[in-house]
Amino acid sequence: MNIAITTQLICFTILSLVILVGALGIVLLENIVYSAFLLGGVFMSVAGLYLLLNASFVAAAQVLVYVGAVNVLIIFAIMLVNKKEDLKPINDIKSRRIISTSICLTLLSLLIRVDLTNVWSLSSPQNSIGEESTFRIGEHLFSDYLLPFEVASVLLLMAMIGAIVLARRDVMSKDISTGLPVDQELIEKSSEPLLTNKN
Amino acid sequence: MEYGLDLEYSFNEFLKGFGLSSEIAHIIWLPLPMLLVLVAAVVGVLVTVWLERKISAAAQQRIGPEYAGALGVLQPIADGLKLLVKEDIIPSKADGILFTAGPILVLIPVILSWLIVPFGQNLLISNVGIGIFLWIALSSIQPIGLLMSGYASNNKYSLLGGLRAAAQSISYEIPLALSVLAIVLMTNSLSTIDIVNQQSGAGILTWNIWRQPVGFIVFWICALAECERLPFDLPEAEEELVAGYQTEYAGMKFALFYLGSYINLILSALLVSILYLGGWGFPIPVELIAKFLNLPINAPFIQVFTASIGIVMTVLKAYLLVFIAILLRWTTPRVRIDQLLDLGWKFLLPISLANLLITAGLKLAFPQFFGG
Repeated sequence: MNIAITTQLICFTILSLVILVGALGIVLLENIVYSAFLLGGVFMSVAGLYLLLNASFVAAAQVLVYVGAVNVLIIFAIMLVNKKEDLKPINDIKSRRIISTSICLTLLSLLIRVDLTNVWSLSSPQNSIGEESTFRIGEHLFSDYLLPFEVASVLLLMAMIGAIVLARRDVMSKDISTGLPVDQELIEKSSEPLLTNKN
Repeated sequence: MEYGLDLEYSFNEFLKGFGLSSEIAHIIWLPLPMLLVLVAAVVGVLVTVWLERKISAAAQQRIGPEYAGALGVLQPIADGLKLLVKEDIIPSKADGILFTAGPILVLIPVILSWLIVPFGQNLLISNVGIGIFLWIALSSIQPIGLLMSGYASNNKYSLLGGLRAAAQSISYEIPLALSVLAIVLMTNSLSTIDIVNQQSGAGILTWNIWRQPVGFIVFWICALAECERLPFDLPEAEEELVAGYQTEYAGMKFALFYLGSYINLILSALLVSILYLGGWGFPIPVELIAKFLNLPINAPFIQVFTASIGIVMTVLKAYLLVFIAILLRWTTPRVRIDQLLDLGWKFLLPISLANLLITAGLKLAFPQFFGG
């Protein structure tokens, strides 16, 4: 075993451990802020796994999209609405736990089946393209994957417009679930300079 | 890759002369450029801090530091030592773990980004294929550290500063990435080495600033906003937020923020000079000088000359930009948060999108000038 393979093995072990422990922490920790930060750590470790697989472009894209955009937005949202409220105890917590456990186990068995039936080994080791993968991804996105790519972008646009409509205060003046008027105080809102009001 | 010094190769050959295997030689080599770049970054920060003190003093008609060393050049070291020996305080109601992790998360991505900064054909830590994209990805991690320290401080000013930093960072990252994309479109490569080589045809005439003037200005504004320099220093606006997310920090943890912001400033200046000002290229191509002196381009003298002029040019261009940034900081007023977000989303984003489209069109129309 040479040094390169040993390093790879050590990195893989550490990254997998971080992913497993972090994912458990996201679910089990009481503090939602910790969960959000741990999610960022898990995303970073997944990017590390991509790096180990020679997919540096995918790794950087993972960091940019999941850590830099998704996770930052999640943390941002948590901090904007950081209300301390006591949650009501749920009566039938036991049956709920049983149901969710069974669903999770079903999904796990599905994944294990995929793992066992799929042929993972590449047909030849020359197939790894390394740095060239950026060009390959671009080619595929603009040839045979053009339609899914464009459909995804339209979907994202729809989601964005929907979010704007939901967030506009003149459209939604009542809370959907409670029917109460929405608290429309933002932490910071654009306002006229103070001096103009005084004169 | 045909010419230029390859220090790694010579170093490995040198070690192999002592009977070491090539793997061991590689492992001994690996930390050297990293340490060198780290030291260079820290020295760069010291120089920038001194420049900031001196230039701000000149802008306000003061003398500035003058007793610590000649012209006060040792003042930044005194500042650093002071921060080093200060007591490390964690507020009692703060969240200890996140409070400590925040500054570290802010600093690490900035230092990692130096991986791709080239000072010459082979004078960089690693010529990774994704090059400039790595920097964009890494710089997007920073807001997490800012949010973390803002939240953990348990202070409303800190939280507001952290939120502002994240909002600012998200909004200015998009025009930044789009203007980099226009350069990448012209280069056909993400690698910083290729980007500089593509500009090296006829010295100053082929620098990207002539082909991408709009991109250059958008990139510079966004880089200043990402560094949280005045006029965009809203996350730490003293008059409104005490010091933003840094309010509760003292000693070495504060120094990490300080170091991070200055390293980020130098890094941004270096990247502007790489992307738009020809990187290590001399305004007159070195090949022409070699031809004038009747020397072959592979002569040892010319190679050493090229390498040293490369480092000097990169640093010179970067510090010219740092000088402009410092001058801007001490002469412009701060924008309001709504003006800041308006500028980012309603002005810079459409302009950089249009710039990208026009670049793509020009590339199709004039492939010999805009990269084929």
